[in-house]
Amino acid sequence: MGPDSPQHILRPVRLSTIFLSFLGALFLNFLPWKDLRLVPDFVALVVCFWCVRQPRLVGLGVAWTLGLLTDAGNGVLLGQHALAYSVLAFLSIWLSRRVLWFGTAQQALHVAALLLASQGVLLLVRLAVGAGFPGWPVFVGPLLGAVLWAPLTWLLLMPQRRLEREHML
Amino acid sequence: MEHTPPPFFKRGPAPLVRLFFFASLSLALLVVDAHFRYAEGLRSGLALVAYPLQKLATAPFELAEAVGTYFTTQAQLREENAELRAKALAYSQNAQRFQAAEAEAAQLRRLIGATERVEVQATPAEVLYGSRDPYTHKVFIGKGAQQGIRAGSPVADENGLIGQVTRVHPLISEVTLLTDQDQATPVQIVRNGLRAVAFGGGPSGMLELRFMAANAEIQNGDRLVTSGIDGTYPPGLPVGLVERIERDAEHSFARVLVVCKPAAGVDRGRYVLVLVNESKAPPRPDDAASKERRSDKGKRAKGKDTGKDSGKNAGKDGAKEGDGTR
Repeated sequence: MGPDSPQHILRPVRLSTIFLSFLGALFLNFLPWKDLRLVPDFVALVVCFWCVRQPRLVGLGVAWTLGLLTDAGNGVLLGQHALAYSVLAFLSIWLSRRVLWFGTAQQALHVAALLLASQGVLLLVRLAVGAGFPGWPVFVGPLLGAVLWAPLTWLLLMPQRRLEREHML
Repeated sequence: MEHTPPPFFKRGPAPLVRLFFFASLSLALLVVDAHFRYAEGLRSGLALVAYPLQKLATAPFELAEAVGTYFTTQAQLREENAELRAKALAYSQNAQRFQAAEAEAAQLRRLIGATERVEVQATPAEVLYGSRDPYTHKVFIGKGAQQGIRAGSPVADENGLIGQVTRVHPLISEVTLLTDQDQATPVQIVRNGLRAVAFGGGPSGMLELRFMAANAEIQNGDRLVTSGIDGTYPPGLPVGLVERIERDAEHSFARVLVVCKPAAGVDRGRYVLVLVNESKAPPRPDDAASKERRSDKGKRAKGKDTGKDSGKNAGKDGAKEGDGTR
């Protein structure tokens, strides 16, 4: 992904972009998917993205609130996504300085590990409460999410980049 | 990467402290929700916030379906019409026989002095979407507390029982399907009246009668219906068909696993009926006792609907029995 090479200075992010991206991710999550295990968790992906890019704007509080909203909307145990997203946000902020040094492919590898950890937290919570193991496909979703990291980076950095190009002209 | 210099020295509490704070908050919520169910108000509020977004997300599919049905061909319509006519004829015959039989049954019940059965009222509802949770088998229907849906009501489609309303939000309700692992349904075998509790089989999409005696009289192809003795489900609703019986010889005590296929289209179909079974049965002895105790204490005894309580008790009792035998 050439346009995101380090010498480009990005414009400061607008809060509306962050808000709209979260809204879009929630919308995608609420779509009536056929097999949920094979669908990436878009909210987790966007939380991860903003925690890596803007650790001072988006942190654990935002992640926790989104998790709670997801829990209530999906009718699952209140707090499971909140916990998973908090852990995800913490790990993303912790790795934020490191991840951005790499190219997009290696970034996606980091993200895969983060999303798998978040899915693992969900799985642990459900197993602790007494649910059965839903099968290995639950880990396909996070991996697909990591594959989506490159397009997501391109999409969500667009508002910051386009104005920059106009400046150069 | 920004124009303004970052505030190096103002970073708030350390991330680890924040993680600890939010994680303990989540864990507290989890415990409260899983064991005490005190968080229902918060859940309803949040669900109401998420509702417009959910409605928006399902709208394109509803629109596509509406457009699709508009363009169905005449041939299809005629075929479907003929099929429905044939079905209606069969049903009307059954209904006539049913009316006669019901009158006879009511007369006989009066003769032996049994309590009269109340007619079951049905509210049609549309399945909005499945739950976004691979661990459970639940669906959401587009009727809620505003339309008079109450927690604990059985839900059926045209072929039989599909589940039970477990949570009611203002505009939508959550239905736990028969095949959910935590769902227990009191059933009866039509052929010989043997009673049992059917548990959801989880990912397999089947039902299981887990703890039957080795000499229980049960065969492949036996039909299961709701027994109705729990006071939550109306009696005689088709539940499933016995498909396989596994006798486990390794265990020292008798243990038979009976796998059943649900009668209704549990995971298909868009339209369901929410049944309201106002049973006239007197409260159970232990329920009445505990209610008296509660009202003595004078707290949280007001207006809890009995249907919900009895439904949950039935499920929990079944589960407890199961754990004990295991």
